[in-house]
Amino acid sequence: MSSFRLSTGGRIDRANPLDFTFDGKPMQGFAGDTLASALLANGRQLVGRSFKYHRPRGILTAGAAEPNALVTVGEGGRTEANTRATLVELYSGLTAKSQNRWPSVDFDLGAVNSLLSPFLGAGFYYKTFMWPAAFWEKVYEPIIRKAAGLGRATYEPDPDSYEKCWAHCDLLVIGSGPAGLAAALTAGRAGARIILADEGFEPGGSLLSETAPIGEQSAADLLTQTLAELTSLPNVRIFSRTTVFGWYDGNIFGAVESVQKNTATVDPNRPIERIWRIAAKHAILASGAEERPLVFGGNDIPGVMMAGAMRSYLNRQAIAPGKNTVIFANDASGYATAADLEAAGLDVTAIIDSRPDASRLWSGKARVLANSVVLDANGGKNVKGVTVLNNGRPETIAADALAMSGGWSPIIHLACHRGAKPVWSDAKAAFLAPETQEGLTIAGSAAGLGGLEACLADGAGKALSVLRALGFSNTSAAFAPAADKTIVSRPLWRVRGSKGKAFVDYQNDVHLKDLGLAVSEGYGHVELAKRYTTNGMATDQGKLSNINAIGILAEARKVSPADVGTTTFRPFYTPLSFGALTGASKGKHFQPVRKSPLHDWAKKHGAVFVETGLWYRSSWFPQAGETSWRESVDREVLNVRKNAGICDVSTLGKIEIYGKDAAEFLNRIYCNAFLKLPVGKARYGLMLREDGMVYDDGTTSRLSENHFFMTTTTAYAAGVMNHLEFCAQALWPDLDVQFASSTDQWAQIAVAGPKSRDILQTMVDEDISDAAFPFLGAKEVSLCGGKLTGRLFRISFSGELAYELAVPAGYGEAVADAIMEAGKPHGICPYGVEALGVMRIEKGHVTHSEINGTVIPSDLGFAKMVSTAKPDFIGKAMLSREGLTADDRLSLVGVKPLDPATTFKTGSHILAEGAVPSLDNDQGYVSSSCYSPNVGSTIGLALVKRGPKRHGEHVTVWNDLKNEYTRAVLCSPVFFDPENEKLHG
Amino acid sequence: MASLIACPHCGPRPKEEFTIRGDAGITRPTPDAGEDAWYAYVYLRDNPRGRHKEHWHHTSGCRRWLVVERDTMTHAIYAVSDASAPGETA
Ligand SMILES: [Zn+2]
Repeated sequence: MSSFRLSTGGRIDRANPLDFTFDGKPMQGFAGDTLASALLANGRQLVGRSFKYHRPRGILTAGAAEPNALVTVGEGGRTEANTRATLVELYSGLTAKSQNRWPSVDFDLGAVNSLLSPFLGAGFYYKTFMWPAAFWEKVYEPIIRKAAGLGRATYEPDPDSYEKCWAHCDLLVIGSGPAGLAAALTAGRAGARIILADEGFEPGGSLLSETAPIGEQSAADLLTQTLAELTSLPNVRIFSRTTVFGWYDGNIFGAVESVQKNTATVDPNRPIERIWRIAAKHAILASGAEERPLVFGGNDIPGVMMAGAMRSYLNRQAIAPGKNTVIFANDASGYATAADLEAAGLDVTAIIDSRPDASRLWSGKARVLANSVVLDANGGKNVKGVTVLNNGRPETIAADALAMSGGWSPIIHLACHRGAKPVWSDAKAAFLAPETQEGLTIAGSAAGLGGLEACLADGAGKALSVLRALGFSNTSAAFAPAADKTIVSRPLWRVRGSKGKAFVDYQNDVHLKDLGLAVSEGYGHVELAKRYTTNGMATDQGKLSNINAIGILAEARKVSPADVGTTTFRPFYTPLSFGALTGASKGKHFQPVRKSPLHDWAKKHGAVFVETGLWYRSSWFPQAGETSWRESVDREVLNVRKNAGICDVSTLGKIEIYGKDAAEFLNRIYCNAFLKLPVGKARYGLMLREDGMVYDDGTTSRLSENHFFMTTTTAYAAGVMNHLEFCAQALWPDLDVQFASSTDQWAQIAVAGPKSRDILQTMVDEDISDAAFPFLGAKEVSLCGGKLTGRLFRISFSGELAYELAVPAGYGEAVADAIMEAGKPHGICPYGVEALGVMRIEKGHVTHSEINGTVIPSDLGFAKMVSTAKPDFIGKAMLSREGLTADDRLSLVGVKPLDPATTFKTGSHILAEGAVPSLDNDQGYVSSSCYSPNVGSTIGLALVKRGPKRHGEHVTVWNDLKNEYTRAVLCSPVFFDPENEKLHG
Repeated sequence: MASLIACPHCGPRPKEEFTIRGDAGITRPTPDAGEDAWYAYVYLRDNPRGRHKEHWHHTSGCRRWLVVERDTMTHAIYAVSDASAPGETA
């Protein structure tokens, strides 16, 4: 016989049936069911196969510690593996599948592993797969990978969204059982801001399945009444379906809220899960206690269940575990279950109690066997009976369900997340955490207490102390003091003489003999035994198994559990989905796209875009008939040099600098002089790091006495801004200077080429002749007859007569269109960053390919720019270091192949002609290279030892990746128009 | 690391808004302070256990540089002040 639903009782809504499927089979449950209770109601006790031996497994618990009933819920992109059926709220349309079985959970070929079990004991990975080493990759690993793991993740994208939120409160109450409710009510009445969080879909904890009265009141009435009052208080927030998973620095608690995991019709406008970071002045941990399994043969056969869980299913969801239940108890909990079963009209065949004086607890019908143990549960896919040792005599009892209660362990994970160590208490026969730490107090059965009244009193009392410390003086406890009713028995860590496998860690299939083996082989230390046997290493983190493993190790080593100690508790308390951890940071929200104000303009001219950081920049603009990017780039370069071109340079960093000390500030920031830069002029500036290396470069213009406009490279825009702010705020707070980034406020357009002035003059209202607006001019201009004001700079990266025009971002596209229109008769073309790169290499202009963190100004030919007159600037002191003045430093030089038909790549190394590649023979490397349509061959910039003194020297350019050797000559880095005639044209 | 930093300008803000630079206990030497002083300033850092003052930038907030005094062991934060006026705590 299997489990079934009773016709009456429970907190389920029989008027609200819910259809779901398990392994494709249609089933029905009710609102108020978990997936686990619904499966039990449908007689489904075998719900999965075990990890290593593929043993049939059933539902063991009714909560977060469940090691067996791990199922895959959902389909397609919503597939979620290894979900604990005990925590899944049943909903209409739910689909669940069993795991770790093939072809079916009832008939699983993997169960053959059980026959191999002599070879699969503790440490089998280490022993079996030791030798030969070559077998690892080809034989062992594929086998282990195929056999290991439980559910399978989906390859489909997750269709749902997730979010992260902050919450703040005076008191966070974790757990809404008796202690948590009492604490919340006490604090709520005092007016404190409360968050009450509970992992269940219905608040109440153990009260939800309690039949014993509290005073005059039933547990259910007390719960209803308390919740009604809490709900009415505006200062209390109740977070159901919310697991507090970690305790972090600054008294921040991490929690995950299941928002829409309980429905098949997900609202796309709401998250499916939400991560909360709860900043609490104080927290009360009322997480309850976990019942300990008993370790005997066949304690994993479906139908064997924790006594508390069996009672919870019976009282909360009206589930009968079977027709004839046997209870194996070392604790009062087994008797409470027996009493409730009998009250429900179900037969309890026997109560097997390992204690000698057990019967005094019992006044029911069932026969009590004191001083007895269950040696073995019998059966295959479900319990058929038990073999007991009745006062030393073996006896077989028929049964179709078996409850076990081995005592209780306080759930103290969270209290130990910040370094506190659990301490063994002989009086409580349990590990306890320090009851009060800064910011956290433990209450109720989590603090080792027993009895409903005691837990209510403890929660109320602890809340009272916390409130007083927080300054809430006008308060009183919501429940009267009551004595602790724990009856502690000597733990029964294991049964001796079992025939079958006695499991300690169900999820990882660790059984009693594995732990014995670990001790006998020298791995008896708790941390070693954990790794040797894998006990406690599954996704349940040993919630059920660790305590028994410690007890068994202690017995084997003939010491106290105190001497064995525990392994370390770490977040997360229960597994978290990657989706929840990721939150909104996926796709474009993980890496946003930055688009220039001229993006659409470039797009309509056919630009091919390249990602540079977050920016999309136009690379080149292919025209009809062009078959390669090189063809387009060559055309753009030649056209700019012959006619004119227009290029989007809006991505450069732009910083407005104001203040009466702005000039002095810039003088200290740049290595070259800025104090006397005239108004209306731009200057190329070189910014160093404090260690003397070049940090960034760009032009800075003085627009008025106390207003400068700085440009930075695209990549370093944010870094330079941070740097300026640090210098102004931390180094020289006495200087009057302020900054505002205006990168996104300006569309900046380069117009370059011999026709650029003619084109721009048609739009700029002021005279921009060479006499009126010479090289390095910078000023505000009126455009198109006063329609618009912009900023015009006569600066050039291409080496051509060139301008950069900045206009408010919203006008960018219109102005670019107007320039194209005005430039049409002059043959203007748009050009991208590739052509820009070619032209700057032709002119020997450096970028961050050269400014790579290893070069100082003189390495780039900028020695004369470095001011000797300034008393101080960033980088000045360290520039004179020995290593930075050595004459064999890698310095900027041009390089081109001797045979124009040959080429080389950026990154290739420079060797003396004919030298063998070696570290000793290394002369430097190519930092930038391109094909120059003006030179007619590949050209490069290189950083080479004594480079500037070696013009004309033949060298070998060596590329080890392609095994290429190119004969080349070192030359001036300026390949085009060395006299700058075009620039000044 | 503490999850919330009490910026003197913005109030308690999540740590993700901040960027840590490092030791705030060092002072930029004068240009003529000599090689040893500059070497120490640029390259040498203590790695103390316990109380430590650091420069933090409220990068995604008010953009002020702050001096945060924290415990490198317990992660407790003792004081936060503006770098231009260290000592004045909000
Ligand atoms: Zn701030």
